[in-house]
This record gives sequence, C-alpha cells and structure tokens, in this order.
Amino acid sequence: MNDLTPTREQRTAALEGMGCKRKRVEDIRFTQGKGNYVDDVKLPGMLHGDFVRSPHAHARVKSINTDEALKVPGVLAVITAETLKTVNLAWMPTLAGDVQMVLADGKVLFQNQEVAFVVATDRYAADDGVSKVVVDYEALPVLVDPFKSMAPDAPVLREDLAGKTTGAHGPRKHHNHIFEWSVGDKELTDAAFNKAEVTIKEMISYHRTHPSPLETCQCVCSFDKIKGELTIWGTFQAPHVIRTVVALIAKLPEQKIHVISPDIGGGFGNKVGAYPGYICAAVASIVTGKPVKWVEDRIENLTATSFARDYHMTTEIAATKDGKVTGLRVHVLADHGAFDACADPSKWPAGFFNIVTGSYDFPVAHLTVDGVYSNKAPGGVAYRCSFRVTEAAYCIERAMDILAQKLGMDPAELRLKNFIRREQFPYHSALGWEYDSGDYHTAMRKMMESTDYAALRKEQAEKREAFKRGETREVMGLGVSFFTEIVGAGPSKNCDILGIAMFDSCEIRMHPTGAGIARMGTKSQGQGHETTWAQIIASEIGIPADNIMVEEGNTDTAPYGLGTYGSRSTPVAGAAIAMAARKIKAKAQMIAAYKLEVHEDDLEWDIDGFRVKGLPEKFMSMKDICWAAYNSVPPGMEPGLEAVSYYDPPNMTYPFGAYLCVMDIDVDTGVYKVRRFYALDDCGTRINPMIIEGQVHGGLTEAFAIAMGQEIRYDDGGNVVTGSFMDFFMPTAVETPRWETDFTVTPSPHHPIGAKGVGESPNVGGVPAFSNAVNDAFSFLGSTHIQMPHDYWRNWKAAKSLGVLG
Amino acid sequence: MIPGPFGYHRPASVGDAIKLLASLGEEARPLAGGHSLIPMMKLRLATPGHLVDLHGIAGLKGIHRDGNRIAIGAMTTQHELLASDEIRSSLPILQEAAALIADPQVRYRGTIGGNVANGDPGNDMPALMLTLGAAYRLEGPSGAREVMASDFYQGAYFTALEPGEILTSVTIPLPAAGHGYAYEKLKRKVGDYATAAAAVVLTMAGGKVASCAIGLTNLHETPLLAVDAANAVIGTSLDAASLKKAAAAAEAIMSPAADARGPVEYRKHVGGIMVTRALQRAAHRAK
Ligand SMILES: Cc1cc2nc3c(=O)[nH]c(=O)nc-3n(C[C@H](O)[C@H](O)[C@H](O)COP(=O)(O)OP(=O)(O)OC[C@H]3O[C@@H](n4cnc5c(N)ncnc54)[C@H](O)[C@@H]3O)c2cc1C
Repeated sequence: MNDLTPTREQRTAALEGMGCKRKRVEDIRFTQGKGNYVDDVKLPGMLHGDFVRSPHAHARVKSINTDEALKVPGVLAVITAETLKTVNLAWMPTLAGDVQMVLADGKVLFQNQEVAFVVATDRYAADDGVSKVVVDYEALPVLVDPFKSMAPDAPVLREDLAGKTTGAHGPRKHHNHIFEWSVGDKELTDAAFNKAEVTIKEMISYHRTHPSPLETCQCVCSFDKIKGELTIWGTFQAPHVIRTVVALIAKLPEQKIHVISPDIGGGFGNKVGAYPGYICAAVASIVTGKPVKWVEDRIENLTATSFARDYHMTTEIAATKDGKVTGLRVHVLADHGAFDACADPSKWPAGFFNIVTGSYDFPVAHLTVDGVYSNKAPGGVAYRCSFRVTEAAYCIERAMDILAQKLGMDPAELRLKNFIRREQFPYHSALGWEYDSGDYHTAMRKMMESTDYAALRKEQAEKREAFKRGETREVMGLGVSFFTEIVGAGPSKNCDILGIAMFDSCEIRMHPTGAGIARMGTKSQGQGHETTWAQIIASEIGIPADNIMVEEGNTDTAPYGLGTYGSRSTPVAGAAIAMAARKIKAKAQMIAAYKLEVHEDDLEWDIDGFRVKGLPEKFMSMKDICWAAYNSVPPGMEPGLEAVSYYDPPNMTYPFGAYLCVMDIDVDTGVYKVRRFYALDDCGTRINPMIIEGQVHGGLTEAFAIAMGQEIRYDDGGNVVTGSFMDFFMPTAVETPRWETDFTVTPSPHHPIGAKGVGESPNVGGVPAFSNAVNDAFSFLGSTHIQMPHDYWRNWKAAKSLGVLG
Repeated sequence: MIPGPFGYHRPASVGDAIKLLASLGEEARPLAGGHSLIPMMKLRLATPGHLVDLHGIAGLKGIHRDGNRIAIGAMTTQHELLASDEIRSSLPILQEAAALIADPQVRYRGTIGGNVANGDPGNDMPALMLTLGAAYRLEGPSGAREVMASDFYQGAYFTALEPGEILTSVTIPLPAAGHGYAYEKLKRKVGDYATAAAAVVLTMAGGKVASCAIGLTNLHETPLLAVDAANAVIGTSLDAASLKKAAAAAEAIMSPAADARGPVEYRKHVGGIMVTRALQRAAHRAK
C-alpha cells in the first residue's frame, strides 16, 4: 500500500452515505428555477378548465344556464353534473368510504363547491366563461357549528344518505352523523375515574386550518383516443393510488393509465386525495380528445381542497394527589365537512388518534370519536402529521399541563413522573399500540439542561411578581411539549387504502460502470428523497451516493407504492430501499467470491467492497463487481445486478421529542414574542442530519403558524373569512422565530436501518409547545385553557377576561 | 384570479390622460402601481373596461421643494419616498410609514398618488396626509383644483375625485423645525394592512406639548384626524392622565369594521394604544 491509498475514513466519506450532511441534489435545479412542475407541462393543443363555484354554503341548485358562457370566444364546453351522469361520474368515492359530488348534483353543501367546469382554449377565456354561467340557487339553512350538527332539528345536509342508518364505519345516529369510533376499556376507565383523587376535564379544540402548500393542486389530463390511454400529470403525493382509483371509477384498464407526479411544490397532506378537478379534467380530455389542464388558485386551494383538523376534544385525566396518572377519557367531536373525504387508512375513521395516551404510562384509557357533517369543505387530512396524530398530541400535551396546574406541579416534573420508562419498551398502550422504542427521560432531561429550564422558571416567577406590582405589562410563558408520534403506515395487518396494503417498495438497477438507478413507490414533495434515498443505498452497497440516481413519481416505471405522507417514507420505503440494497449485496457477494476464488463465507464486507478474511490485499470493490455482473457471473447465475423489495413493516415507528417555547405576551395588545424555541427530536438513526434540521425548521414554522393564527374560519352564514394569504396566517421570515435544534438517537428495533421518520414531528410537537406557552403565560392569572389559535386579538381577549386590562 | 377583459391605454401627458378618461367615460380607471387595483380586478371585484396607465407621463414623478412646501408627484413610488434624501430630512414620518407598507416588491410599484386616491381605509398614507395638513392637486376636464386631504375622503372608496379627474400631486407644508413624529402601526405580519395605526406630529416647548396633530388609519371608513385627542395633550407633559384622556378621545371617534384582525372592541382598544405610543415616541424625538 502506498500513501495514495485512501484511508477507511476517506473511503467512507467518499460514499456520502448515512449520517453525512450531504447537500440536497434536487436543489441544484430548484434554486435555478429549473424544476419541472405540473404547470410547466405544456402540450400541443392543450385546453384549460376552470370551475364555477358556489357562493352559498348550503343551497338547492334550481338551474344552471350555460348559454352565455358558450358564446364566449374560446369556450368549448361547460360540464355539469348532468354531463357527468352520462359517464356515471357525477359522484366519486372518497378514501373514507363516503361518496362526494364531483359537480353540484341538485344542491351545494359548502361555499366554493364545484358547480360547473368550463373548458376553453386558454385560461383567460375559461375564467370569462365562468363569469357567464348563470346558476339559480335557493338558499337553505346553513350548519357551521359541529356542536349543532346532531341537534334534532339540524338541517339535513346529505339527502343522498336518506334512510341509510349504517355508514362505512358502522351505525349512524343522526342524519348528520358519519360514524362513531370507540377504543379502549370503558368500564375500567370509568372505574379509574370513580376512585380518582384528582381529575381534570376540558374541551380542547384544535381549530380548522389548511396545509396550503406553495404549489396548489393541479393536473393535466391527456386522453389518446387511438390508443385508449389516459396520461395524467398531477400534484399527487400517492401516484399509484390515483392510478388505481382512476381505473376503478373510470373503468379504464389500469395498464392504459399513466400517472406522473413531476416535481411537487409541497403537499403536507393536501395532495393525497382525489379532487373534482382531476375527474373533470379527465372527462374533458376524453370528451374533447385534447389535453386539459386544471390549476387551482390560492383561494380555491384554501377553501375547497382538503382542510386539516376541526377536532373538538373533551379530555379528562384521572390522577393521584401526587401526580401519577391513572386514567384517560377522551371524546372527540370531529367536523368532516360536507363529505367524509378524510385521508386515513381505510379502517381508521379517526386515523391513529388512539395514540392520545402520548408518552405516558396510562393504565387505562377510553376514547370515542363522533364524526359529523357540516356545511364546510370536505377533508380532514394529515397536515404534516401522521393521521390525526397532531390532534392527539395537542390533546394530551395540553391536558397534562392542565393537570399540572391543578396539582400545583411543574409541567416538566409531571411528565417525568408519568413517562413510559426505557425498560418498558416495547410498550403496549392502553389504546392498543405497541411502541417500538424510546428513552423519554433522557430526552426530557437533556432539554431541561440545554435550556436551563430551572433558571427560566425562576425568571418567570420574578416577572409574575413584577407584573402584579404593575412594573411590567408583559407576561412570560414556558411551553413544554413532549410528544410521541406514530408513523410509518403501515403493517398490512391493520393498514390499507381501499383494500391495498400499505407497503412500500424499491427497485435498484446497478449499471456495469458502478452506477445505478433506484425507483421507489414514494414521492418527494420537498423532503429531499433524491438525496437521502441514495445515501441509504450508498451505505448499504458501497457505491457513492452521487452515482445513484433516484427516480419517483412515474407509475409506469416506479414499483407500486402507497406514496409519501404520514412520515411513512423513511419507515416503509426507507426499509424497502435497505432490503433491496441487501439483495444486491448478497448477489454481489456471490460474484465476488467467484472472482476472488474463495467461498462466500470467507468474504467480509469492508465499506465499499468485499475482502477475503485474513487476506487484506484480496479485495473486490463494488464498482468492479458491477462490471463483473455483466460479463463474468458464476456458472448458472443470471447476469445483471438488480433487485426489488416490497416491504410490509412489522410495526409502526414511534419518533418522539422534547420541545420548549419561551414566549412573552404584551397583555395590552396581545402581541407575542417567541423569545426562544428549543426542539430536541429523536427519530432513531439519522440518515442526513442537515435534511433533518431543515425538516424540523419547516415543521416548526408551520406549527408556529397554526398555533398563533393560521385558521380557516367561517362566519355564521358559512362564508370563509380567511380565504387568502391576507387573512390566512402564512408567516414570512420576519415573523418566524429562530429555531434551536437538538437530538438523541434511539433506533427503531424493527426497522432495517433503525430510522423512524422526522418530517412531521416538529408540527406534532410544536403546536402544543406554542399553545402551552400562551396558556402558561396566563395561568397565574387564573385561566386553565385558552383555545387556539393564539393570535393577537384572542390573547388580548384572554387578558381582558382575566381582568388585567385596568 | 384572472381579470375580465379590458382595454389598455398609455397616454404621454396629463392632458391626454384626461381626454382619454373623458372619452372612455365611466368604464375607464387610471392605473398607477396597480397594487390595489389589479388584485381587485383579479377577484373581479373591479371590472374596469379600460385602464389608463399613468406610467408614460414623465411629469407625474418626482419630489420638489417649493419654499416651505414639498410637492410629490402622484406617480412617485413608495420606494422612491424611502430613497429620497429630501423626504428623509424634511418629512421623516413619510419614510417611517412607507417602510411599514407591504413589502419591497409592492413598494417598488405602489405610488403615493394611488395610495391616497384609492380611498381604502387600510391605506396608510391618507392619515399621514391629514396629520401633515397636505393638499391634493386634481386635474380634470374642467381644469385644475386643490383639495385639502381633510376634505378629500367621504367614505370607503368614495373621495372628492370627480369622474375623469386625476390626482397629479400631493403638497405638504414643512413641519416645524425640531418637530417630533411617529407612526405606530399594529399589523399581524409583513404585508398586512393595519389592525390599527396612529400618526403623530407634534412640537414641544419647555417640556410641554406646544402643537399636536393625530391621524388614524383603518379605524373608520375614512382616515381620521383625532382633533379632541390632540387637544387633550396640548399644554401637558404627556403625563399618564393626559395620555389616557387622549386615547379615550381618539377611541370615541373610531368605528372600525370587525374582521379577521379582531372584533371592533379590540381594534378600538389597540387604536388607543397606538395613539399613546405614537405620542410618547414623537415627544421623545422632538427637539
Ligand atoms: C400585499 C399588499 C399589501 C399592502 N399593504 C398595504 C399597507 O399596509 N398599507 C398601504 O397603504 N397599502 C398597502 N398596499 C397597497 C399599496 O400600497 C398600493 O400600491 C396602493 O394602495 C395603491 O397604489 P398604486 O400606485 O398601486 O395604485 P393602483 O392600484 O394603480 O390604483 C389604486 C386606485 O387609485 C386610482 N388611482 C391611482 N392613481 C391615481 C391618480 N393619480 N389619480 C386618480 N386616481 C388614481 C386607481 O384608478 C385605483 O382606483 C398593499 C398592497 C399589497 C398588494
């Protein structure tokens, strides 16, 4: 060996594998404006579609007159429910087992509902056509408040369900009831409450908000009449699922449907479901024989495609006097809007909300969820969280603070006292989950030491005294949050979408020169898959990440997968990638043994190739093995070096973290300042620390927005009052606080590389940290719970109701 | 988000613009920076048949000192106000307020003429114009006239502009040497209109307020001059009781709309606080 031989460290570094802060390869095109998004798809003869939408939240549609619209130059067709009925597509199935109008069929059920689809030669003509469609509405009574949905005299929203006493998830109790879901042991829980020394009860609401990705929902549909093939470019988080859904509802052979998700500008759950725009563009293309583009504008995105949350959680905790929790009882009233178009695994009408026992060792718990209809947009998607996990985390984290206040205990101490202990993992929760791994005490203590939590509490105590003496008009809050997520849906034993198990997949093809291409069933929307997936392969098979091209989103070439949402990509596809890479490595080992003329068992893996045990100079690099795979494989072996893996995870993964928010609020104006925000995340094995940090920054920014003002609000008439970025709080760099990030590493024991998923943790853990900070700031004045969002005027209102405004 | 069809015209002189507006009639609207008008057109809340773009008229730009008055051409952008040395030294309150309008992209296009002529209660410049005692020059088919800012605003989007008239310049008397000023604006985020805002220009003598004017933004359907509030502090040292009186007097004339920024009660309350804070900061700055 001479001096030029790279060291082991240099060889490892050259791979840019797991643990490396590799720069995002996709950013080369994104930062130069060279991404390729749906709106960049421009086909010859392409037409444009746009919707006539309802100004009413609830009304009968008496007539639709399209005569004047059809006279607008450039307008070719106006599609209504009547048109769609001829192809049996006036209604479509939802992911939640309900049906949804594609275009208003007899009535409208929410403001901005799709009523007619105008197709024209350009976008301007389409909009001019929209303005000329005359719709005659007869207004009906509007139902906005979910607490009034099941009143005996509540208006009947879904006439199509008349007489149906059973829905997709069991019996319906009322004409506006969708489902009741119940988990846990009611009797044991009631018993725990009956003998509890201390109990708390609070109705904790998580308001309606919206994922609002930078790029709105859109598609281009192109039907080739000769071949009978439909190609759809769309902003789909789950392209394969879309292909199957289209095959089922449009009755087209699945091999003749090509779904392509090009670059996607953020999804956050908004782009999981199927929307009327997709159906209408497809039908319009089939009818006209031309490609048809549909692109939502911001107002349409905020008001018509899937919202998130609108969960109203009546939460009770039973505990001993010294702060040991003995029972949890939660009832959720879930407002799903006009149609149940929630995007959850099919058997889970309230997602994984039964993670609501959180990080705590509750001996018993009982949960019921009632889903109801209202005159609001459909949805209920997982906005940067696993299914209903943010709601659950907010519920328990807020409730633990309320309990701490009642007991006169420090919120951090109460949590430390009730955490599931390290030695209890795998831990079976009272509501049915098996937590894979965790070390909560270590994470919490690290947070408390890093932030000097004790000193902050002391400062707070002094500030409170100063406030009482009238020396300051600011109150200071410390928001503690310790969350446990459940991500990686999911094991086929309990997770499917429309009957398709929620596995994921990877196919790797190595080329002769030691490079390769890898394709997955997932679809990045900004998560950086092109970067991190290659890193996993690099570490597994010793080929530099730069030599692995990652491709996702084309259903013709990618193996079937369930897509990217719910932090499932790393837990599921990440595992498939490692498993496919290991198949490659196993074949490579046979080839190396043949070439080095030894038995396979005499070889050991050494960073980027195989070495003969005890004979360090006898080494064959993976690069050379790739070449050999195409010319000199052992007799009887097929040439080539490819592998596919479909991974059905044995369990979910359970990332966790400890967050602290330090906030000051001016009681006279309600203006808050986030002085400090510390986020410690444990997502198991860390594939790319820089991407993790980026994900945490983004998720915290969304959490900040949601907790502090981001809201889809309706007035009593069912009009959306926050339907644009003027009123829907989208923080800029100016408002966004500075983030401090930290970590611990507790690998998942069942995942091939021990990784758990992180993209959504900061949103899940961040919202309770902000809300707890606001609540903590006011708690010494006697309040127990202030509902989100905590925008300026509501903070002022809280201060006023506590009598501190002189 | 797509405007309806409209005709586009780009005259080269004020005279041509006036002629165009007269011949095109009610359907025509002047176009300045477009940052109020075009969003309205995209929502089809405004559907002018013709836009008369004022960007081709060189004479509508620029900042000139004319004795003890500053004249600002209608097409002067907010960015140009921020970059002007003349404004920095003579009318620093305009810069303080302009910097709180929207974001740099909007300020590169948005003009002072459009801002004051628009008549939207959310615009920041009108209250400043009342506070500073500005006058607007209006030119139309029947000639030119000058209207005081205090007589210009009649209701939301209703102003003294007659059909076919163009606002060509804004004239502001120089505030007294050593004056104190402040513009306090509470908003939810960058790019938001005021939840409440107050402009104060005052002079101090011997530790007491000698003269004072207070303007209010977005607290009524028009900008307001809070005369009683100003009178409540003149002659005082801005002690707590006088500040309280001023805030109460200002609140008494406010009638903001309830919107996503907050209910009426909140907007009035913070309106009072903006007055208090602006008075304190202005006094602190006065020499
Ligand atoms: C995101 C965003 C945030 C904003 N925030 C604020 C804010 O906080 N505070 C604020 O004050 N403004 C704000 N604005 C508005 C901005 O300052 C506008 O630029 C300004 O209100 C109008 O000026 P303009 O030159 O763009 O006028 P335009 O939009 O072109 O015109 C506005 C109206 O005035 C008429 N008009 C224009 N010029 C003349 C003239 N010379 N004579 C007669 N009529 C005329 C037009 O016909 C039109 O009716 C915001 C705008 C945006 C897009």
